[in-house]
Amino acid sequence: MALLEIHKLNRRFGGLHAVNNVSFNLDQGMIKAVIGPNGAGKTTLFNLISGNLQANSGTVFFDKRPIHGLKPFQIARCGISRTYQNIKLFPGMTALENVMVGRHVQSKAGFLSGMLNLPSCWSEEKEIRTKSLELLELLDITEFADTEAQSLAFGQQRAVEFARALASEPKILLLDEPAAGLNIYETAEIARLITKIQNRGITVLLVEHDMSLVMDISDEIVVLSFGEKIAEGLPAAIQKNKEVIQIYLGDDDA
Amino acid sequence: MAVKNYLSVLILIAVVVSIQLATKATDTSYYLTQLTMTGYYSLVIIGLCLVMGYAGQLSLGHAGFFAIGGYTSAVLTTYNLTTLLEQGNGLVRFLSDKGLLISTLDLYGEAVLYINPWPAAIIAVILTASIAFMIGIPVLKLKGHYLAMATLGFGIIIFRIALATEILGEADGISEIPGFTLFPGICVNGDFGNRVMNYYIAWVLVLIGVILLLNLIHSRVGRALRAIHGAEDAANAIGVNTAHYKLYTFVISAVFAAVAGIFLTHYNGGIGPSEAGIMKSVRYVAIVAIGGMASMWGALTMGVLLNFMSLRGMFGSYDDAVFGAIMIIIMLFAPNGLLNLSVWQKISKSAGKEKG
Ligand SMILES: Nc1ncnc2c1ncn2[C@@H]1O[C@H](COP(=O)(O)OP(=O)(O)OP(=O)(O)O)[C@@H](O)[C@H]1O
Ligand SMILES: [Mg+2]
Repeated sequence: MALLEIHKLNRRFGGLHAVNNVSFNLDQGMIKAVIGPNGAGKTTLFNLISGNLQANSGTVFFDKRPIHGLKPFQIARCGISRTYQNIKLFPGMTALENVMVGRHVQSKAGFLSGMLNLPSCWSEEKEIRTKSLELLELLDITEFADTEAQSLAFGQQRAVEFARALASEPKILLLDEPAAGLNIYETAEIARLITKIQNRGITVLLVEHDMSLVMDISDEIVVLSFGEKIAEGLPAAIQKNKEVIQIYLGDDDA
Repeated sequence: MAVKNYLSVLILIAVVVSIQLATKATDTSYYLTQLTMTGYYSLVIIGLCLVMGYAGQLSLGHAGFFAIGGYTSAVLTTYNLTTLLEQGNGLVRFLSDKGLLISTLDLYGEAVLYINPWPAAIIAVILTASIAFMIGIPVLKLKGHYLAMATLGFGIIIFRIALATEILGEADGISEIPGFTLFPGICVNGDFGNRVMNYYIAWVLVLIGVILLLNLIHSRVGRALRAIHGAEDAANAIGVNTAHYKLYTFVISAVFAAVAGIFLTHYNGGIGPSEAGIMKSVRYVAIVAIGGMASMWGALTMGVLLNFMSLRGMFGSYDDAVFGAIMIIIMLFAPNGLLNLSVWQKISKSAGKEKG
């Protein structure tokens, strides 16, 4: 059953067709990778799904409901969460606080109850904190809970962002190059983590340049080139796909 | 809210009480007048601190909200309704039946009929909140200097309206505004004998304001506001309705300004267009900036210090210039506020360099 259905999605930047008529489905519980050379339109595709950018045309259905045209916060409430290629943490806030903001959609205290510090807030606040600490634990960054997130090392910042995205208990997690800038050990760690997340029932859509990571963990792969989908299928099939090989190895002898 | 903050509140209470006792001991209770007024201005400042420091929005229109509150309450509590009641005006009769009017004799022994300050104040708050809401919807879509300019424009409009409207007293403003009896025996007015009481009324109000805002800052909403301040897109993408949050924060801070305007107007017994002036708005912004933007206590401390000095006339005719200069200096040398540790480290470091 398709949890996310992307149909004929288009996005132009002036004369540049960054996402060109892209369609594919994402089934419940799988890890799907989107690969393609630099500038292929992968991040743009993510921005269209998460609502950070509006499509020129095309539709996105989540759980059979149209979500194209919704605001990012509405899409987040539906259960889609994301990380960014160029990490976007909340400056001036600790790692823990960053993750706690991630629990926004799972909690409800508003302005009035916040100002009056009503007892109903206390238990909720406690839950937000406990759940967030659990995620820091999962990502092995508990010791940095009270450190300002932006002052952390690169790998730890990625981990905080990861935890923040998980804190919202999403049905779909969009990961934009989660292994970029990480060393091989950290990359292996991320791979384990993504599989672990999948085992918890979360569906993952992943953009990644690290081919061994992609081939290891993904159930399916979509290949973009110059905004267009040029291939889709199982990792083994993609590895053998002529067009894909051409793109990745250059087309000197094509 | 963390223990640390309750402790800070206790310290604030202690400071407020000690200042009053000190003025009594040193026979300087005439300071209480300026300290009371300072209290009300502090209310505007902490509200603005929420908008600027936590939600990251700049407003150069807060004197406008102060004035809307003050003027509304002033007009309602000084407009003589006797003739309207005699003409059988339905609304006035309704207010009269509900006991919301006060009848007294004026200086010449004529019967006069006014709206009671309580309903007047409530109307003033609702009006200010509605205006802030309506202004906020389009204006808060803007960012940076565009937002500053739009709120500045709003402030100018309110100032010109105050200056040009007959019922608002034009350049003279409105005077002879009655006291505001909050509870039997507790009245906001400028009577000499009520000086101590009014000092405490003002500062209890500030205290309530501080507690409400500290609670908010340390709640789920406060975290979301700080997130918006830091990375609005990311906050939105994680599920925060950023437009609503910015709007509600703006309205809350406008209400703080309106309440301050209402109380100060009854305390002074009058209000004039200078309260709506742009330089007042600039002053509020400068104080929040010098206090460190996102520091309620910093803004409060600097607000008390500077407003008190200004009200005591210490800046002479350079009053507005002083606040303008503060703004420039802060932006150049200490964008995180004067009470911020890193500023002093920087200063001591550069001092060390000069020596070495
Ligand atoms: N906001 C924008 N305005 C104009 N052009 C843009 C914008 N965002 C992306 N582009 C362009 O669209 C194309 C696709 O960019 P995108 O970031 O989606 O690529 P990508 O596949 O994520 O690349 P990379 O692997 O380098 O991250 C690029 O040519 C890029 O320059
Ligand atoms: Mg990209």
